[in-house]
Amino acid sequence: MSTRADTSRGSGPGFSIGTVSALTGLVGLGVLIIAGNAADPMMAAHAWIFFLLTVAGLMITGFWAGSLNGKNPFNPAFYEDTIVKFGVAASMFWGIAGFLVGLIIALQLTFPGLFYFPELGWTNFGRLRPLHTSAVIFAFGGNVLIATSFYVVQRTCRTRLAGGMWPWFVFWGYNLFIVVAGTGYLLGVTQSKEYAEPEWYADLWLTIVWVAYLMVFLGTLWKRKEPHIYVANWFYLSFIVTIAMLHIVNNLAIPVSLTGSKSYSLFSGVQDALTQWWYGHNAVGFFLTTGFLAIMYYFIPKQVNRPVYSYRLSIVHFWSLIFIYIWAGPHHLHYTALPQWAQTLGMVFSVMLWMPSWGGMINGVMTLSGAWDKLRTDPVVRMMIVALAFYGMSTFEGPLMSVRAVNALSHYTEWGIAHVHSGSMGWVGFISFGALYCLTPWLWKRKALYSKALVEWHFWLATLGILFYIVAMYVAGITEGLMWRAYNEFGFLQYAFIETVKAKHIMYIVRAAGGSLFLIGALLMAYNLVRTAMGHGEARDTLAPDAPKTATPALQPAE
Amino acid sequence: MSIMDKHGKLERHSLLLTVGILVVVSIGGLVEIAPLFYLENTIEKVQGMRPYTPLELKGRNVYIREGCYTCHSQMVRPLRDEVERYGHYSLAAESMYDHPFQWGSKRTGPDLARVGGKYSDEWHLDHLKDPKSVVPDSIMPPYAFLAKKKLKYDDIEDHLKALRLAGVPYTDDMIANAKADLVAQASPNADFDAEDALVARYTEASGREGTVKISDFDHNPKEITEMDALIAYLQMTGTLVDFSTYEANDISNRR
Repeated sequence: MSTRADTSRGSGPGFSIGTVSALTGLVGLGVLIIAGNAADPMMAAHAWIFFLLTVAGLMITGFWAGSLNGKNPFNPAFYEDTIVKFGVAASMFWGIAGFLVGLIIALQLTFPGLFYFPELGWTNFGRLRPLHTSAVIFAFGGNVLIATSFYVVQRTCRTRLAGGMWPWFVFWGYNLFIVVAGTGYLLGVTQSKEYAEPEWYADLWLTIVWVAYLMVFLGTLWKRKEPHIYVANWFYLSFIVTIAMLHIVNNLAIPVSLTGSKSYSLFSGVQDALTQWWYGHNAVGFFLTTGFLAIMYYFIPKQVNRPVYSYRLSIVHFWSLIFIYIWAGPHHLHYTALPQWAQTLGMVFSVMLWMPSWGGMINGVMTLSGAWDKLRTDPVVRMMIVALAFYGMSTFEGPLMSVRAVNALSHYTEWGIAHVHSGSMGWVGFISFGALYCLTPWLWKRKALYSKALVEWHFWLATLGILFYIVAMYVAGITEGLMWRAYNEFGFLQYAFIETVKAKHIMYIVRAAGGSLFLIGALLMAYNLVRTAMGHGEARDTLAPDAPKTATPALQPAE
Repeated sequence: MSIMDKHGKLERHSLLLTVGILVVVSIGGLVEIAPLFYLENTIEKVQGMRPYTPLELKGRNVYIREGCYTCHSQMVRPLRDEVERYGHYSLAAESMYDHPFQWGSKRTGPDLARVGGKYSDEWHLDHLKDPKSVVPDSIMPPYAFLAKKKLKYDDIEDHLKALRLAGVPYTDDMIANAKADLVAQASPNADFDAEDALVARYTEASGREGTVKISDFDHNPKEITEMDALIAYLQMTGTLVDFSTYEANDISNRR
């Protein structure tokens, strides 16, 4: 098992460069034809963006390949770390962009007069909100997952990434998808399915990229020099496989024309709704949970230098988590026209989901056994443990909100916004920040970060920011939920809808303040990481480069 | 524990692990989603549902494009306050031709499932151009540009055809006359024969009189704008089903 042929060595570097270039060229040719015959200006814009970027990609590949002078750029004696460096930079860039758009739309709701452009549709909340959600989930989160998975799978398999040029295709292809998706929202191209807004052609492109991602990941597992597949890789694999399934089924659609941007969802009404929330809930489950649990399973043990707390717990919670998560989608549709049997199933499984979620949290937190002092001395460890605290909190709150009686109050209100942000800023954000703080010195061979004090600042600003954010939204959500159902002494509804909007104004201000703190923290982090990479401050000292042959194995298989 | 020892096999065979994952994550979706396509009582038996007219469909696409669903739900829950605030709770049948559905997940603004007929065309026009002009405390953004944007409908037949492929019962007649129907609905007193033909086509599909509203929705008879289409759509949401004949307690409607 451990001595599979190294494909990148067998066929030479030219082969993967050639196949990637051929595919890119074919796609470029295809979009050029569409660009010439576009049925609407949005499709024309996207086809040209696509075409120019594929041409740029081909030219850069050509120049780069020409400058190699027979050197193997995919030398199996070294880890492929350059792509992880690109991933770290992309994560930081998209993270800041996504947080900034989030702050802008929070301010739009708070001070609508400030952003009042009757003639500029693209500045409106309805178009910017998907830009925010996609930027933070798919651009920031997705790049963190690609970067960390490429780093972790190499270390835990003690071999270079498989596929030569293909990992680069995955990285640039994915970011091209992000650009097409984001510009699409501004232009008004959307399927309106939450977290699956990009239209059919962007979805097709992502499918190609995702299959390549799966093959690169599996290919690396196949040539591993460890007998066992490390637990983090189970989680990465479940993330990649399940997202592929969800993406394909939920995006089944009929394009109006092959040269137009508009399509109609294959399903309608109640079936479409459940398919969407089966997707939407499991985008949380498999993109924002199992992917980031994989990060937890590698970076926390590594940073505190302790083994994972329990091997058995990791097996039990892995399989139960992925089995139960899939069932929980209908809790987004309580009291709707979805048949009640489906709602009840969704509720029961959502409550059950509490246990495997906490299994993961316990396994992560208890990994600190014997190294609890690191919570005090290492702000990066503290960040990751606080991430798990938020994970535990929001995975307790989720089952609570999925109970129909609670959901009757919480659904459609700001409570939902509070819930997703405690999960996304607290769990996904903090575990990602922790991973980026670990990766940067490791990748650039620095003994330490540029400034530990700045990490402390980031930690406290972001923590305070999240608290401001979620407390404000809990108050706003419960307030409006109760006001909607309030009756006066005569048995009439007490409040007009607009009164419930007005009641949230102060809380909107507090939320925007919290978001600003979170954004400032991220800016400090970007500064710190750049200075670390440049080798300034406490990052002056360098480490010896590590390679598959000389490196001590990152972690032993978890048994 | 012996079962834990067997797990080692999955940890050594990546394809076995991949297949195992795929099987485990497929079960929930299959059990919950697949029955919705064949259980007959998933969608209630109602009178009045019909496909969107071409103008309404174009308006719905504007609604989707502008991301209205990010702030407005279209799903009245069977809760006392919602039924009193918005009207009869929503039925699955009411979105049976919605590709995609627009139930929404957040009410920063009020639910719109039954906004049709609640306000005048003029109110919608003023409100969409400048929401604060009719609701001073509104935080909704303005959509004045829709009134200046000419509606593009040269490809309207293709839209109806794509939807028919997805299962919406558009007839050949509806597809062949899609352009004429679209123009007729936004141009009252222009071509009475075309208006009659439009009303006849969609009344027959609905089985119910009075579901097609003809109006110069944006008060600009010179051209058909995106504002015309959006208001036409808003004015028909939630108005199709005849609730006087709907039997909520009928065994086939209990879910």
